[in-house]
Amino acid sequence: MRKTCLNEIHRLAKNDERILFFGSDIGAGTLSNFQAEMPERFFMEGVSEAAIIGVMAGLAMNGKIPYMNTVGVFLTRRVYEQVLLDAGMHKQKIRLIGSGGGLVYAPLGATHLAFDDIAIMRAIPNMTIIAPCDAEEMKRLMPLTVDHEGPIYIRLGKGGDPIVSSPDKPFKIGKAIEIRSGSDALLLTTGITLKIAIDAANILDKQGISCQILHVHTLKPIDSNAILAALNGKKIAVSIEEHTLIGGLGSATSKVIATSGSGVKLSMIGIPDVFPDKYGSQKEQMDYFGISPEKVVEAVIKNIKV
Amino acid sequence: MSKKRLDSKSIEYRKEILKIIESARRGHIGSALSIVEILRVLYEDILKIDPKNPKWDARDRFILSKGHGCLSLYVVLAEKGFFPKDKLATFCEFDSILGGHPDAGKVPGVEASTGSLGHGLPIGAGIALSAKIDKKDFRTFVLMGDGECNEGSVWETALFAAKYKLSNLTAIIDYNKMQCFGNTCEVLELEPFAEKWKSFGFEVHEVDGHDVLALRKELSAVPFKKNKPSMLICHTLKGKGIKKLESNADWHHKAKVSDEEMRELYGDLEDQV
Repeated sequence: MRKTCLNEIHRLAKNDERILFFGSDIGAGTLSNFQAEMPERFFMEGVSEAAIIGVMAGLAMNGKIPYMNTVGVFLTRRVYEQVLLDAGMHKQKIRLIGSGGGLVYAPLGATHLAFDDIAIMRAIPNMTIIAPCDAEEMKRLMPLTVDHEGPIYIRLGKGGDPIVSSPDKPFKIGKAIEIRSGSDALLLTTGITLKIAIDAANILDKQGISCQILHVHTLKPIDSNAILAALNGKKIAVSIEEHTLIGGLGSATSKVIATSGSGVKLSMIGIPDVFPDKYGSQKEQMDYFGISPEKVVEAVIKNIKV
Repeated sequence: MSKKRLDSKSIEYRKEILKIIESARRGHIGSALSIVEILRVLYEDILKIDPKNPKWDARDRFILSKGHGCLSLYVVLAEKGFFPKDKLATFCEFDSILGGHPDAGKVPGVEASTGSLGHGLPIGAGIALSAKIDKKDFRTFVLMGDGECNEGSVWETALFAAKYKLSNLTAIIDYNKMQCFGNTCEVLELEPFAEKWKSFGFEVHEVDGHDVLALRKELSAVPFKKNKPSMLICHTLKGKGIKKLESNADWHHKAKVSDEEMRELYGDLEDQV
């Protein structure tokens, strides 16, 4: 997903002089072809993220469109005020591409886990937040980011994530995608949790329970209308996210449910309000926190049978 | 520092600031009074600007990174005709365009919304870099406070500006040697200040920040050196021009200014004449 994203920036930059690429101090050789072809638009600026965000905002004020990639936590909590004021308040077109959304950097520990990125970025007015589910969806997203108004935060997965999106379902920023229709339960996903929902829906299907899946790739602005329409007639909704249960997809969905009075029960699957204290792999931590098809199945069955 | 007597124009600007205080009864007064001459010289003699067309593409950019000094900026912008002078009396009112920190979305002539410290230099460096990429001639000036230089983002950007040889960027520091709590040398020592900036790759000059002629000479000479960003450290006095406020941390920011205090402030300013 990251490779596709960066390659897309390279491709787009070839045809658009406004596009610049910034990194802090990321992996050696990143976008070396971009650097070789367009050195004057390639910036590797060291571990000085606060300055870089301000610099990018200044560039954007004069018509440039800077894209920046580094570890997600350093693009969100590390530089929160810079993003909020320099980009958010000034409505500047900077694009922040956060590597390792959620639990990807499991072996590195809590300092590197972006479990709160969506929550804090959602609180920034004018911000757009997108978590694609796979590299193919990333490819459909990137051309749309060039002229989109205001700042964008893009959350990356681990890389090599299974392809679950389809070119048959058009991608539009801010529009949730119905992956499959169903009548009993609604599964809401963002980022790579779409795969978990598909696996859960397949299991439930065999048990005669029909699930609709709504992939909410854009977390802000959230597609309330699509969520509301999908809730209609359902016995249970389950939100699945690789993120703290505070302020992410589940929170956003609960607001839609509560304020609409739809009354559908919501089961929220995600990371509880703790600092992840294990290492291992992303998959191990996802299982540890119950972000798995089995737990989705459990949540649906428990509520359908009530 | 400065023993320089203020001329009638500088006193006039300060009167306008006091009038705003009289309306709002609040503001960062001391922090505004130390930058009057710097802003006056920038807007009268240095910046290529068009108040009738604040977004003119070729304009020089100025960012008041120490946004809390905005009382001076508002007075100078109104004097130059960016907005009507009668707006000054609305400072901090609910619907005013003039808040306690300047908002680029509201005030014509304000390039960047500032208030939280350490944001102006990075934004200014980005603007300067964009001019360099596009081969445009406009220049970027950023005025920071001395206390503001406690912020790490200032020094991160210093490294950046030197790396890209941003000679079209001029940083200016209002070195009044006081911050909110007290003396900068006690809160967090900045010295050797000029040496620090030199070592970070800036060409550094120092000047009496209340000497209009000296400021004019220095600011007309930027860039101080080819291929280097410029730094002008202005030695100033917090609260300059009003004795009660001079070097007085109690007046860094003040609210609920009383009638009696207002009379004192006006009286002190009259003594300058």
